[in-house]
Amino acid sequence: MAEKVKNSTVFFNPFSKNNPVVVQILGICSALSVTAKLEPAIVMGLSVIAVLAFSNVIISLIRNTIPTSIRIIVQLVVVAGLVIIVSELLKAYAYDVSLQLSVFIGLIITNCILMGRLEAFAMANRPWPSFLDGVGNGVGYTIILVIVAFFRELLGCGTILGFQVVPDCAYQAGYVNNGLMILPPMALIVVACIIWVHRSLNKDLQEK
Amino acid sequence: MENLNIFIRSIFIDNMIFAYFLGMCSFLAVSKNVKTAFGLGIAVTFMLVVTLPLNYLLNTYVLQPGAMAWLGDEYANVDLSFLSLILYIAVIASMTQLVEMAVEKFSPSLYASLGIFLPLIAVNCAILGGSLFMQQRDFPSVWTAVCAGGGWGLGWLLAIAAIAAIRERVTAYSNVPAPLRGVGITFIITALMGIAFMSFLGIKI
Repeated sequence: MAEKVKNSTVFFNPFSKNNPVVVQILGICSALSVTAKLEPAIVMGLSVIAVLAFSNVIISLIRNTIPTSIRIIVQLVVVAGLVIIVSELLKAYAYDVSLQLSVFIGLIITNCILMGRLEAFAMANRPWPSFLDGVGNGVGYTIILVIVAFFRELLGCGTILGFQVVPDCAYQAGYVNNGLMILPPMALIVVACIIWVHRSLNKDLQEK
Repeated sequence: MENLNIFIRSIFIDNMIFAYFLGMCSFLAVSKNVKTAFGLGIAVTFMLVVTLPLNYLLNTYVLQPGAMAWLGDEYANVDLSFLSLILYIAVIASMTQLVEMAVEKFSPSLYASLGIFLPLIAVNCAILGGSLFMQQRDFPSVWTAVCAGGGWGLGWLLAIAAIAAIRERVTAYSNVPAPLRGVGITFIITALMGIAFMSFLGIKI
């Protein structure tokens, strides 16, 4: 980054204009697999925010001492260490959710958002902007996760965070939950719809 | 027989892309034409076949609770399973570098066609995901790990080659709404393929 970018831009850009999921197309794997219910999606989002912010800070602090030829391995080890801490914490304090997330907490390591942000931002910037960049991208990721999980849980189970929101009289009148929404492929369709809406609003992001 | 079942299950029923959506990032970035997609698919298959048995041995003889019993009785209670993530990723990253160096030395032509994809693979979720599923499912032997790795790899190859072929046609012949062009329509195609692949779910082998 040649020119100095304002900290507020670094923090707020990833919310929408440069969202990691729908614009940079990073971290799709986990975004799709954990969004059948709202609760695991929120936990996943928070874990990613924490790991992303701290790994950004750590890499940014040691960025001048990492030899370029082995930087990928160094980054992976830092991230893996942080993910182990998160996964042990979840097992200790939120065991049910950690069972639902199963391997996907471990897969935060290979979440492309992390590698992308470490390579593109933390390797070239000071710790404080890197921290803001990490939190901003984490929040941008969480926003998409929550939107997808909200629609999938609402239409698929008629609940939100486990509470029933579709009234009983609707079921008696013949309303049926859409079981398709629970299935994994529907997450792709919901994300595609988000991309559709987002790109119709931001015309400069459209391809060709 | 059991291993053959696992191999076929891994290709069709537990398909990495259509059932678990692992390795989507490189999948979306590289599926623009069939040739490169095929190259990446081969590389992923190779890495899965190599790293899965390695991580299986690591898990069985070092990481599991009580796995160190072969060192002597005083090690029988050691549980290192919390280290599994960091060791798996270290194995994957170092294997990627080794394979890259070996391919560069012995087959420059293969390196030229595959070279750029090899570093990408270290952060492909499908590889780490394979190792984590292996740990979760308690495979009975190292051959099961080899078969599952081969199956997942071939399934990934199949998926990326199929999607790349469809994408080539879509960009050439169809009029996609502007906001959906590129990534959006690929998501939808992948979802429809995923629903199609779900029809394998009922098959008992």
